[in-house]
Amino acid sequence: MKRWIFFALLAMTWLTPGAGRAQSADEALAALASTSFNTVREGVEALALSGHPRAQAIVAALQNGKLLARADKALFIKNDDGTFAEAATGAPADVPAAALKPVRVNNAVRGAIEAALGVLRLFAPDPTARLQAAEAVFRSRDPAALPALERALVAEKDPKVKLRMDQARAAALLALPSATEPDRLAAVQTLRTRGDIEARSTLGNLTGQSPAVAEAAASAILAIDRTLQLWSVLQSIYYGLSLGSVLLLAAAGLAITFGVMGVINMAHGEMVMIGAYVTFVTQQVIKTNFPALYPANLLFAIPLAFGISGLVGIAIERALIRWLYGRPLETLLATWGLSLMLQQAVRSIFGANNKDVDTPSWMSGATELGGLTLTWNRMYIVLFSVLVLAALMAALRYTSLGLRMRAVTQNRRMAAAMGIRTPWIDALTFGLGSGVAGMAGVALSQIDNVSPNLGQSYIVDSFMVVVFGGVGNLWGTVVGALTLGIVNKFLEPVAGAVLGKIVVLVLLILFIQRRPRGMFPLKGRAVET
Amino acid sequence: MMSHRYTVAALGLVLGGALILAALNQLTPVGSPLHVPAYVVALVGKYLCFAMLALAVDLVWGFGGILPLGHAAFFALGGYAMGMYLMRQIGTRGVYGNPMLPDFMVFLGWKSLPWYWTGFEWFPFAMLMVVLVPAALAAIFGWLAFRSRVGGVYLSIMTQALTYALLLAFFRNDMGFGGNNGLTDFKDIIGFSIQSDGTRSALLVVSALLLCGQLLVARFVVGSRFGKILVAVRDTESRTRFLGYRPESYKLVVWVLSAVMAGIGGALYVPQVGIINPGEFSPANSIEAVIWVAVGGRGTLIGAILGALLVNFGKTWFTSALPEFWLFALGALFIGVTLLLPHGVMGLFRGRAAKPAPAAVAKGATA
Repeated sequence: MKRWIFFALLAMTWLTPGAGRAQSADEALAALASTSFNTVREGVEALALSGHPRAQAIVAALQNGKLLARADKALFIKNDDGTFAEAATGAPADVPAAALKPVRVNNAVRGAIEAALGVLRLFAPDPTARLQAAEAVFRSRDPAALPALERALVAEKDPKVKLRMDQARAAALLALPSATEPDRLAAVQTLRTRGDIEARSTLGNLTGQSPAVAEAAASAILAIDRTLQLWSVLQSIYYGLSLGSVLLLAAAGLAITFGVMGVINMAHGEMVMIGAYVTFVTQQVIKTNFPALYPANLLFAIPLAFGISGLVGIAIERALIRWLYGRPLETLLATWGLSLMLQQAVRSIFGANNKDVDTPSWMSGATELGGLTLTWNRMYIVLFSVLVLAALMAALRYTSLGLRMRAVTQNRRMAAAMGIRTPWIDALTFGLGSGVAGMAGVALSQIDNVSPNLGQSYIVDSFMVVVFGGVGNLWGTVVGALTLGIVNKFLEPVAGAVLGKIVVLVLLILFIQRRPRGMFPLKGRAVET
Repeated sequence: MMSHRYTVAALGLVLGGALILAALNQLTPVGSPLHVPAYVVALVGKYLCFAMLALAVDLVWGFGGILPLGHAAFFALGGYAMGMYLMRQIGTRGVYGNPMLPDFMVFLGWKSLPWYWTGFEWFPFAMLMVVLVPAALAAIFGWLAFRSRVGGVYLSIMTQALTYALLLAFFRNDMGFGGNNGLTDFKDIIGFSIQSDGTRSALLVVSALLLCGQLLVARFVVGSRFGKILVAVRDTESRTRFLGYRPESYKLVVWVLSAVMAGIGGALYVPQVGIINPGEFSPANSIEAVIWVAVGGRGTLIGAILGALLVNFGKTWFTSALPEFWLFALGALFIGVTLLLPHGVMGLFRGRAAKPAPAAVAKGATA
């Protein structure tokens, strides 16, 4: 309690310009050389407010036990190389070590040193350091820092730092017993405007306030809670969108093949995995052979993953699935067998361990938007899935292949009668679906472990998306993926990640009751076969 | 009739084989060339439990036209019911010596037994639960699914989702089923030490008896009027409905019966293997059970038993001799059987004898 009065007094002396300032700095330095702990402590406090250019260096030296005093009360700092420097000026000094005695400290002095360093940082040349110092004061709510803060506020040019200092001042003011009621109300208002979790805890910890201030604080807490809740909802939506876009990429290919061919490809997850491994290999090749292209390696990986997964898909269709048409359940089993073999093959070639796929620098990091944290890699994945989806829709709508695919989806026999070579359409559809899965693998390699089991962890969710959204309509897949993603992320904080997932599965089973063929079912006579 | 002869042969082989193994284990001294070590007895017992699961899958897939990708869930639920009984039998012999609580609950700092563990120390109650829990889950799921006419690939995916949800649920410690580690360290079953050779032999014989009983029940159901209508539902559901039957009721009955059969298999599996953990719920297990049936021959019942035994013997041999290649072999089995051997091993027998109905079996899936 006494300390802040002391600081306030000292701050006043500092504010009076000219001789007073120099005098107080000299007095502070003299006090430091004292053998009485009390005097040293007062010296530290005085020095912090003196505005002495070397104040920080001197206090830091004291903290490290490197501040030494001569019998005539002159102070020296011991450098790391064993030489000495004059404390007040920093000039090299040639003094015999035997004549010097270190300034001793006790716990009270150490506390004063901590506080003094905190105050001194408010005047640091680096704005980030000043910002942190202001935040530290905000958290400590120490009224002793008030005079220094006032001074720093006057000198501060950076508006961001100034704002933080203002908030720190408000927090400290509320802890100052002598503050007037209008000042307190203004301080509560400042905290309310800040509106984050720290401001809320500061307001929540207020005690012994007048009724008017307490009421203002309570209403501010309510307002802050409301904003915080809003931000957390938005954050959940963002996470849900990013999860949904990953699901969308993984499920789009599945929905196409299911829609056109009525076939569930259990090896679809392995197409995703192949895409991720293609990304890994591409990255390694570019790293060793064309280092200049390294930042753009993902741009090479995307078409490669599409092509390779697509070719594997066509090969699967030609070698396996075309023999099983009309037997969807057998197809399920055969493709499951294939997925086991593909997983084991990748495990044999690359090993069972996770592979490191680097995230390019332009994709890492995050940006803050209000109370939202938006990570760049997830932003890019959302963007990527929008692009892939747009391309897919355009392909289905405007290309001749898309036209034929839609015709086969609606009525296979009629399409065949019109001269469409349905076996080719089947093969190309399967290739397209697998290629999209491969591109999903590129995206997943950025946020998940690249391992032989990568596909397995997404396949059940992808099926859920297809079941929920219905087949034969990409919009169904979009709605299904985003709904499942967002519902999942909203349930996670309430019920926990695992329970949330279970709830989603149960909800889906119930949903199927009302809509056995998904949100956007295929309509027409061809369906009832 | 042909199928009756096969059934009698299968009953004789299963029961006779189990009795001979048990006798050789019990009556010959250790070290004698005829002696069957206890681990072989437990291994064969495990296969017979898998055969019960396969039989259950064949009943719904071969005759009901429902491809279940989550039947291991019922197997595991039966197993957990038995595991709970065995846990309660440990009594004060656990690491913490708590007379009421299993070790993992003491470890988690629980003070009292959760309500759903009540009664499991009593053998008849636990056995009732082995039947009732899978039956209840199957009844709820089946009623919801068949009522709204979810079928084909959709239904298969939903069954997979069901077992996946249970897998996640049983991994949670809060569920009170031992979480990740499951239930293990069993001591004895109705007063007999679970480790002793005598108990193992007895369990093998009991498994063989129950498998034979299940086969007879399944044979009876399939041969009855009910079974005929079930096959009609499998082959053309809408036509059967127009004839005035309610396909959903037939499917539901066979679905629940199948779940109970799988649950009994799981209950016998646990004492012979000595552990039950959430891994049994994994979708891969359920799909593997389907391939047993496909290998043996779908819609033949005996084929399911044969397939389960063949594939599991193969698995045991492969995973010790060529562990790297087991997944390749299993994958190739899935592909090879569906492409080249649509009627399974039993199809080979039938092809030589006569060619009755099974052509319809393959076409049934088209519907």
